[in-house]
Amino acid sequence: MRLRQTWAVAKKEMRQARRDPLSLALLFALPAFMLILYGYAINFDVRHVRLAVQDRDMSDASRSLVSSFVNSTYFDLVASPEPGSDLESVMQMRVAKVVLVIPEGYAADIGANRGAKVQLLLDGADANTATTVLGYASALVAQTNAELMHGTRAAATAARVAIDYQPRVFYNPDLRSTRFLVPGLIGFILMLTAVLSTALSVVREKERGTMEQLRVTSLRPSELIIGKTLPYLGISLIATVIILVAARVLFDVSVAGSYFDLFVATLIYLVGALGWGLLVSSLSNTQAMAFQVGLVTSLLPTIFFSGFIFPIRSMPVFIQGLSHIFPARYFLVVLRGVVLKGAGLAPYWKDILFLVIYAAIVLGIATARLTRREV
Amino acid sequence: MNQPVIEVRGLVKRFGDFVSVDDVSFDVRPGEVFGLLGSNGAGKTTTIRMLCGLLRPSAGVGHILGIDIAREPERLKRSIGYMTQRFSLYDDLTIGQNLRFFGGVYGLRGAAFDARRSWAIDIAGLRGKEGLMTGSLPGGWKQRLALACALLHEPKVVFLDEPTGGVDPLSRRKFWQLIDSLAASGVALIVTTHYLDEAERCDRIALMHAGRIVAMGSVPELKEVFSGRAMLEVSCPRVLDAQALLERRPGIHEVSAFGTTLHVVVDDADHGRATIASTLAGAGFDPLEIERIVPSLEDVFIHCIEAEDERRDAS
Repeated sequence: MRLRQTWAVAKKEMRQARRDPLSLALLFALPAFMLILYGYAINFDVRHVRLAVQDRDMSDASRSLVSSFVNSTYFDLVASPEPGSDLESVMQMRVAKVVLVIPEGYAADIGANRGAKVQLLLDGADANTATTVLGYASALVAQTNAELMHGTRAAATAARVAIDYQPRVFYNPDLRSTRFLVPGLIGFILMLTAVLSTALSVVREKERGTMEQLRVTSLRPSELIIGKTLPYLGISLIATVIILVAARVLFDVSVAGSYFDLFVATLIYLVGALGWGLLVSSLSNTQAMAFQVGLVTSLLPTIFFSGFIFPIRSMPVFIQGLSHIFPARYFLVVLRGVVLKGAGLAPYWKDILFLVIYAAIVLGIATARLTRREV
Repeated sequence: MNQPVIEVRGLVKRFGDFVSVDDVSFDVRPGEVFGLLGSNGAGKTTTIRMLCGLLRPSAGVGHILGIDIAREPERLKRSIGYMTQRFSLYDDLTIGQNLRFFGGVYGLRGAAFDARRSWAIDIAGLRGKEGLMTGSLPGGWKQRLALACALLHEPKVVFLDEPTGGVDPLSRRKFWQLIDSLAASGVALIVTTHYLDEAERCDRIALMHAGRIVAMGSVPELKEVFSGRAMLEVSCPRVLDAQALLERRPGIHEVSAFGTTLHVVVDDADHGRATIASTLAGAGFDPLEIERIVPSLEDVFIHCIEAEDERRDAS
């Protein structure tokens, strides 16, 4: 590889990128826009769940349980169906997502120390929310339970305090989804800019016939490929910085770990993404096709299979297996470690190793495809 | 004369069952303008792409400046210039930036690059316009700039693939002056075209048809296929009916339709004129105009293609 030739290609590519200010602005503005969109508009935190309570006991104890639900701010009491009414229709009609049923004799059972029963009906159509709500409800019942045991037995058996369940969440103490989203967004946006910009820039040359002209010059394939990807690597890194700054300013999410670790992980991920962009360009002959292929093969897997929005563990086993071949999955694990936990790269060596292997394979195939002579 | 710089022997290119280039052989010497003439799909571009190292020949050998085209495509590319059909410049870069890019690709810098850049701007006639966007240039200028970019590294062998497509006649003339001056400086050029007037400007021509070279030589040499015979141009209504009547008449060799006229090859001008007049008059073609003409390259082309098709049908 000769530096002068490589640099000539890179310079040309940057000049062309500058001539297209709209696309360039899009590459820089899109990350911040996506962050605002996802950060403000999409909120995975579950609050103010509509709750219906059928209190058949109507005692102090039952009212205390209901108020513990309402006071938690996770639940809003929206209906109190009469005893004997159709509870399923409450959920069918979407009046409430959760129905708490307190049977007759609740207070009496507690008083007699027999172990009272309550029933929770849950709308499981949205599985993610349902899981979260179930967690809240269990915690509230457990808390009430503890308080009751404390109150009734404290005097007699002071030593036998029931298990005091005090959860403490690390790294994202208030469980804000924005903190969780930022690393995902970095992975997602880098995929978008790297794959699409590379693929489109190569296919544009094919469409215009300049690729044919370049192939007949003494330009070596390595010079062409490195010269073409270098500017987009730079643009993608700048986009990363923009996301980090925006995350800090808008959502107060800062990088807990070292910037160097972040840079190294991002660079490895980007090389793989650029390689994928080149591979896409070798498969497409028009910009429209490159755009479609690039979108479907990189963006969608990054959204769906990386754990960016949907937890991988709640996916079918087959999809879980599939998620292993997409680099974003590994990058996100590393990124969450570095950005949220302040961890170094050492605990993530397996994920990094995968990213390196992915980059090597993809770049290898792309180079072979782009440089092979027509036969 | 000097040694050939391009030597091609039995070049074949197959795409699956389709034979795109079939047993093509020729030589080109320094300072020669060699034309590859043929209709679309005749195999001209495929031939050129093999000679430029872009396609691997299925069979046959080719040497350019002593470099084997199949074995050393990378070395070959450093020694030749190639202008594609579409004047492949970057429309979204300025003229100066295009030159700088291609200069960089060929590894030119410093005084050497400045000299070549200046030369390129002069031959393209773009002095003072280096800051203009390439996409805003009219076709003729773009074409000369594309040629200049392909020649920055001073190749001794240059390939021009349909260089004048979509360019106005004045620009075409200027472009051919450029080609002639390059040839005068000792550069060997291969030009593909389907314009017959352009082919007439070549020193030698190879007529290609269905992948084969069906005739090769200078224009006067090619026209010798009609030597000892005469060509008559017949103007009449219903040319196709007339053509059917005249074919297979004694003393008439070939009848081809050219728009509203027929070109008829005969053994003897006067005798042929009489045969044509009597045959057509008998079938009610009237009035007739029969004139003796000098065969054009197009006549040669049609003659060679028909001869080749007959040869193929026979075998």
